Amino acid sequence: MINLFNYIERKSPIHRLTGASKLLCLVLWSLAAMTSFYTPLLAVLTVGAVLLFRLSRIRIKDISFMLGATMVFMVLNNVLIFLFSPQHGVSIYGTRTVLFTIAGPYVVTAEQLFYHLNVILKYLCTIPIVLLFVSTTNPSEFAASLNRIGISYRISYAVALALRYIPDIQREYHDISLAQQARGMEMSKKASLIRRLKSVSGILIPLVLSSMERIDTISNAMELRGFGKGRKRTWYQGRKFSKGDILAIAVCVALMAVSLGLTIWNGNRFYNPFIA
Amino acid sequence: MKKFSIKTIVAIGIGAALFFVLGRFVAIPSPVPNTNISIQYGVLAFVSAVYGPIAGMLVGLIGHTLIDFSYGWGVWWSWVIASGVFGLIMGLGTHAWKLEEGELGRKGLIKFNVVQVLGHIVCWGLVAPVLDILIYKEPIEKLFAQGLLSSVANAVTTAIVGSLLCVAYAATKPKTGSLDKE
Repeated sequence: MINLFNYIERKSPIHRLTGASKLLCLVLWSLAAMTSFYTPLLAVLTVGAVLLFRLSRIRIKDISFMLGATMVFMVLNNVLIFLFSPQHGVSIYGTRTVLFTIAGPYVVTAEQLFYHLNVILKYLCTIPIVLLFVSTTNPSEFAASLNRIGISYRISYAVALALRYIPDIQREYHDISLAQQARGMEMSKKASLIRRLKSVSGILIPLVLSSMERIDTISNAMELRGFGKGRKRTWYQGRKFSKGDILAIAVCVALMAVSLGLTIWNGNRFYNPFIA
Repeated sequence: MKKFSIKTIVAIGIGAALFFVLGRFVAIPSPVPNTNISIQYGVLAFVSAVYGPIAGMLVGLIGHTLIDFSYGWGVWWSWVIASGVFGLIMGLGTHAWKLEEGELGRKGLIKFNVVQVLGHIVCWGLVAPVLDILIYKEPIEKLFAQGLLSSVANAVTTAIVGSLLCVAYAATKPKTGSLDKE
């Protein structure tokens, strides 16, 4: 079975952190990046993210597939923003510095380019962190981490179940798909979109109905073992916080505070170099 | 926090796994980025319709987050939340179509489809773009174009896939009062 979440086992300070603190840091880091448009902060976060990435000993080669998909996504998103709203930067920054004209409303302004720079930075400062989280956290530890940061263990267990059954359901999907194709169901691009949707339903019905049966079986088994009777639960993969964990969380809390502080101090979320 | 039944917990887990597999491996890309013609919403609508609003919301949230993690393009929180809201809306209608009692019928099916179309419009036409404006300050025109396209695409796929699933599932359930005393 392929490695879905691309977990790569290596020895590094990042790997040694517990899943819970990494999850918390991921959430804080992306919140800090999401709420702010303060360009210097975004630049610092980007540099920090790249440095952390180096520290984790994950090589670019390990994640090149994921990185490629992300880059395509980022470029397309930027092109679309420009196509739909070439003057968006002007309306945000309040000044208009024309650089050159392409055609019609498509005038390139310094403000628009600066807005795009911010959008790109926003991607660049979160993507390495997400990749880092995904490739340095053992999926089995993920559920234990969720419980650790205060999510009820019942929901954490649902996440654990999802991770556990993704490969099974994937295999079942594949089996049913082959069986239906052997019966002459057209799935390739040759069929029209509506026909393909119909053939997908031919796979889905057996898949979903068998999953419903699976739900019954698993919940009976859990009921028999007394799941949900206690108020707490221990996790095989759970670990205690070390000094490194506390340091990492403290840094991320500080980043979040800086991001919020800048927004309050600046009066709005944008860093505006155009009004001196 | 309200206690879930064990069955709901398992349904959330398996539902999220289904959502993930369908969304990750069976997606048909559309010309607008961030937007796939995705059949997982048919299944999400169905699972929420059977197991209720909280299960539906969590299936949407967990499933979508896992998909975003596995692609590695960062978690697009605005769209993750919109998926959760869609599950919630579909789950609220659970009593309207009585799937568990096997009494779906034409009326139930129409209700199911009306709710799912409304749900998609609310999620992709309202929740997702508004959150995108709050978080990313993207241009409104672009977001609503994306939102419109994905609500139409998702509503069409849900209408086909979700309805078929509901009919098939209702057929496996014995109707209440189907036994006669002799």
